[in-house]
Amino acid sequence: MTTVLDVAVVGAGINGATAALFLARGGMRVALLDRGQICRQASGVNAGTLTMQMTRRALIPFALEAHAMWASAAEWLGHDVGVVVCDGLSLAFTDGEAQLLSERVAARREAGAPIDLVDGKRAQAIEPGVSDKVLLAGHCKVDGYANAYLTGLAFRRALEREGVAIMENRPVTGADRAQGAWALLTPEGTIRAKRVVLAGGVWLEDMASWFGCAIPIKVLINQLAVTERMPVAMRTVLGIASGLLSLKQYPHGTVVIGGGWQGLGDRVAGPRAVIPENLVGNVRLACHAVPALERSRIVRAWLGLEAETADALPAVGALPGVEDVAMVGSIHSGYTSGLSIARHFARWLLGAPLHPGIAAFDPARLVVRPGAR
Amino acid sequence: MTETIASRADVIVLGGGPAGMCAASAAARAGSDSLLIDENSQGGGQVYRAPPAAFAETSPGAFGPDHAIGASLRLALADSGARTAFGCRAWSVSRDVGGAGFRVDVCDDNGLKAWRAPALVVATGATERVLPFPGWTLPGVHGLAAATVMLKAQKLLPGERVAVAGCGPLLLAVAAGIAKAGGKVAGVIDLASVSDWLRVLPGALSRPDLLARGAAWVAGIAAAGTPYLRRHAVTAALGDDRVSAIALSPVAADGTVDRASQPLRIDCDALVIGHGLVPNCDVTRILGATHRYAPADGGWIAVRDGDMRTSIPGLYMAGDGGGISGAAAAALQGELAGLAAARDLGALAAQRHLDLAAPLRRRLGRAMRFGRAMAGLMVERPGLVASIPAETPVCRCEDVTRAEIDQAVAEGAREVNQVKAWTRCGMGPCQGRMCGDTVAAVVARLVGGRSAAGAFTARVPLRPVPTAQLIGSFDYADIPIPRPAPL
Repeated sequence: MTTVLDVAVVGAGINGATAALFLARGGMRVALLDRGQICRQASGVNAGTLTMQMTRRALIPFALEAHAMWASAAEWLGHDVGVVVCDGLSLAFTDGEAQLLSERVAARREAGAPIDLVDGKRAQAIEPGVSDKVLLAGHCKVDGYANAYLTGLAFRRALEREGVAIMENRPVTGADRAQGAWALLTPEGTIRAKRVVLAGGVWLEDMASWFGCAIPIKVLINQLAVTERMPVAMRTVLGIASGLLSLKQYPHGTVVIGGGWQGLGDRVAGPRAVIPENLVGNVRLACHAVPALERSRIVRAWLGLEAETADALPAVGALPGVEDVAMVGSIHSGYTSGLSIARHFARWLLGAPLHPGIAAFDPARLVVRPGAR
Repeated sequence: MTETIASRADVIVLGGGPAGMCAASAAARAGSDSLLIDENSQGGGQVYRAPPAAFAETSPGAFGPDHAIGASLRLALADSGARTAFGCRAWSVSRDVGGAGFRVDVCDDNGLKAWRAPALVVATGATERVLPFPGWTLPGVHGLAAATVMLKAQKLLPGERVAVAGCGPLLLAVAAGIAKAGGKVAGVIDLASVSDWLRVLPGALSRPDLLARGAAWVAGIAAAGTPYLRRHAVTAALGDDRVSAIALSPVAADGTVDRASQPLRIDCDALVIGHGLVPNCDVTRILGATHRYAPADGGWIAVRDGDMRTSIPGLYMAGDGGGISGAAAAALQGELAGLAAARDLGALAAQRHLDLAAPLRRRLGRAMRFGRAMAGLMVERPGLVASIPAETPVCRCEDVTRAEIDQAVAEGAREVNQVKAWTRCGMGPCQGRMCGDTVAAVVARLVGGRSAAGAFTARVPLRPVPTAQLIGSFDYADIPIPRPAPL
């Protein structure tokens, strides 16, 4: 008779890792499984942006909370993730963009984000690196970035200290219900747990299918690029009104260029190829925003998979019709908001009432064929 | 407004060394529209590098036998009808979306261009392995292969008193080249012993001409009274702002440094050092071909058949990039790849292909015996990897030491990409092209071998691209910005 854990969390990105951490701190015996390694997919390869200005309106309260969590990671996580808190600007270069920006800033302000509209001159005063072609900018003092590639190391150390059983390179192939517990099937044997948490990012669709639930998850293939180290070109986080640019310079001098321009890939094969036109377009946009970037070299481009539900809002809560299985994921700009949403989710599993804002993210709304088990 | 201009060919050949030149020529002669792309201004690659036009040839044969071979390959290429794009940086390779075949994106001073072809021959050669030692980042320390570029392309000596160290035939070629160019060789420091060289003699006998040339190099070094230390390794480059001396110690057959014996010292103002060649298979890895780790071939190589076909239809790998086997073998592999591409495209009838390929295969067998014998002298020596001191930087771009890599593994990293994320090693401008093989060797010792340790994920751009060149001139209104993200 193998041990029955309290919770098995499948998927070790920041949602799964955060949930596992707080569940363990709440006294549960927890295993964290991943078919790869901790935070090596979207949570480790994203652009690290921690901004309100690319966050969906409905997620602003969680993004604000998570921003504070990232900024204080050394205290509650125990390890720094290279977080820099700085000002952020969302830029508009055309009248159309200015209109879009005004609408979006108003909506995000209403949701609680402290964003002000400033003119181009003021934007240049805030960020001297920015182009003189800016007409209007959204300015937010709650912004910043993390070093996404350090996320896995920081969480590993914290999870080990809390006694979470870290099971990397452990793909789950399915689940069985026996003697009031779930048995997760893996090539290296079965993991038994009273409850299962699915935190698989773009793979949530496959995970839900183990339990007979059909929840379609769209896969975005986000392209990113980085320059070599260069002299200081900027000190803020920059984006544009449409959300299709993210730009920041790390303390070591490299500039990461992102914004969600699409590459090639899928959930089965993973990221496949950078689309050259999209890289060129993304880099042109970056250089239009910060002209000094023209004097650098691009050394690497890569891809990360982002999950999106049918309504582009998260999937958080119980799997409908399936006993003792819940999911947390598909959070738009999830690196910014995931920490707080996953913590609320863990508190709920530990017995607290579900945060009302999160109740709106019930996975039941996304099911196209209800649970069969 | 500079935009991506698209063009087509039947066969694209990446790399203008012997393999690439012969592949492009062979495919063109067989009736395929072939295009050779290389960032240099002429064909030749490293071994057959063309001297700049300014270096007028004063007498026939003044540049040696390699120059004559290179000149004849360049002539054959020009006569074949193959198109060429020299001075052109290929920065991206991908499978062509919505069409069978491949896409190669290039940039030069004229802007961006995308080439498409149903067949792609990869002839990207090798990169140099330099195992780190204290002081290896000092100015005045160069790679052995880098020294050949200095000598051939620029007639430049690395220094006035140059120590030449490492292993393999390049060691002798560079020492002889420095002496011939009027430089002083302060010493030759060879990881191999006399018996190591004798062990490869049977294979080397397949090319008596090259063997004789090597013997002449050795005789020349001896005649000049240059110290020749066998079974020794450089354990440190010494100096304040540039190298002024090196320390040496004896090594075991596997490269393990004998720290017990008193180190020797040689004064010099430059050190050229190389520990072998590593196949450059970035392109086939980006495209997803099947690879295997083959230490005798120099490292990770694309799996291929006798006609240089990789596991991906239409993708061929010729020359040292498919396993270290030397310039003569590379030329023949290139020709085979070019013929196979033409046959697979239907330009060459099956029987005609067999008739043309058969004699090439026989010659390739002989060339491979020599090339593989030399490659045997250049394999990675595990003891030398184990001897890298803890405080020595392995990743010189990001200044990551051996100890930091060991620490990442001790904390649970199990393969090189995880080590990279935790330490930044391999994240600099060279993107691990210099340190990747060493990092993998260091990690492999701790995680149970090279296959477990893996390799840094290969990504575009294939070379760092100047941003200004990548973006060209553009109007903001023409940037195809995708539709806004949801609010």
